Amino acid sequence: MAHYLISVLDDTTNSGTGDEMAAINAFNDDLRSDGHWVFAGGLASPSTATVVDARGGEAVFTDGPYLESKEYVGGFWIIEAPDLDVALRLAALGSRSCNRRVEVRPFLGE
Amino acid sequence: MTDVHEAIALVHREEWARVVATLARRFRDLDIAEEMAAEAFAIAVERWPVDGVPPNPGAWLTTTGHRKAIDRVRREAKRKEKYKEALILFDTTEPLGVIDDDRLRLVFTCCHPSLAVEARVALTLRMVGGLTVREIAAAFLVQETAMGRRITRAKGKIDAAKIPYRVPSREDLPARVTGVLAVLYLIFNEGYLASDPEKDSVRSDLTVEAIRLTRLVRDLMPADGEVAGLLALMLLTEARRFARVSASGELVAMDEQDRGDWDDELISEGHALVRARLASGEAPGRYQILAAINAVHTDARGTDWSQVIALYDQLVHLGPSPIVRLNRAIALAELDGPEVALAEVDGLPLQGYHAFHATRADLLRRLGRSEESLVAYDRAIALAGNTAEIAYLRRRRAEVAGRAPHLPFPASVQDPSGRRR
Repeated sequence: MAHYLISVLDDTTNSGTGDEMAAINAFNDDLRSDGHWVFAGGLASPSTATVVDARGGEAVFTDGPYLESKEYVGGFWIIEAPDLDVALRLAALGSRSCNRRVEVRPFLGE
Repeated sequence: MTDVHEAIALVHREEWARVVATLARRFRDLDIAEEMAAEAFAIAVERWPVDGVPPNPGAWLTTTGHRKAIDRVRREAKRKEKYKEALILFDTTEPLGVIDDDRLRLVFTCCHPSLAVEARVALTLRMVGGLTVREIAAAFLVQETAMGRRITRAKGKIDAAKIPYRVPSREDLPARVTGVLAVLYLIFNEGYLASDPEKDSVRSDLTVEAIRLTRLVRDLMPADGEVAGLLALMLLTEARRFARVSASGELVAMDEQDRGDWDDELISEGHALVRARLASGEAPGRYQILAAINAVHTDARGTDWSQVIALYDQLVHLGPSPIVRLNRAIALAELDGPEVALAEVDGLPLQGYHAFHATRADLLRRLGRSEESLVAYDRAIALAGNTAEIAYLRRRRAEVAGRAPHLPFPASVQDPSGRRR
């Protein structure tokens, strides 16, 4: 089994409509009952992010995202799937449920 | 010696995909499959001239590649968990039967939609076609190192993202077959009408390879109508290859081609495929309709334009793309005259497409509107990439320029045709 990150691409946050949230919940239930579920969540806006750099020993905190962009990750699923074909099929269902484009990216293997 | 080398070349053509595919299934790793298949062939080149060609060359190569792969997996198992599993699985020797499904899996893996289109093309030519990286690089005028990187990156993605090595599930299959055919057609078209002005106008290495690969896919999926349609389309197009470009390197429009230069064998094979599809009674897809159009064009009695238009109507029904409408208009000019055709063409959103301007230029020329025709020729020449096509357009332009501005217009008598490929 491999793990995949399905990122939801958006240019706003917390923007899901009632219908979209219902569809996402139904999709999440299917992920759980089919054994694909690992984790999922929605993210607050990039403007709420803090960059932390402790490489020099002392932690330095900086306001804002490390990368400004028009589109960003608004939420994500982490799923378990035997291969990319299954992951892509699930990502398509996820995209349809949240009504957003998504990106599928594998976790590093062993 | 030469006999042995010929035998090796023949075995390479026939067995390469099978050896790679079998190794890929066993070791779940395209890198190993490709490299060990290449090594097996390299050993054959050394050994067969001395030992003679083995009775079953394919099995010999698979076994040799398998042994080499095991050696490599043993070395790498220390680093990679995956290889440890592979070793456990494949030390228990399973019989070395050749399963055709392996090659089909390989085709689907190489044409996976999550790979970039150029990567699909390169990977298919390398893994299924057995072309060397150097040959593929030369065919697409890319540096060998760059092509090597492209292939390596694609194999890396297949491995890291776990692109499966199998025939897609029933629900995915139709879309995935369409994807495979698109890759094959792309290879063929790049050979048929090379898009780069720096390159030869026709790259027979690519058209021949595309036909060979499509034949292979047809062997693997004999019931698929679109596979048969694509093969027929390629054969009927390839049949006219020698007539299509003149000795001076200029594109020859179909009505000016010498039919004696057409390849009768390819045409009759293409016609037989089209007839078989018609007899099946199944609704044809895009490739089958395009093949049927080419079958009408290559009919010994000449082109029946009303049939061509009826077929284009079917294509428009499947997907009304402006390019299909452009081609339909070219046929319409033969049936209802250039004025009707021009009215159709003028509304199409194809300003950036050279064939749009070339068609307009030709229709305007036939209508005696020389000034407008010259402008359209200039646009077509500026946008065209194929050397033979540019030469053709330049000559036609010069002919119109010679007549312009106020000569009477005799052209419809001399050349009643549209510009077709």
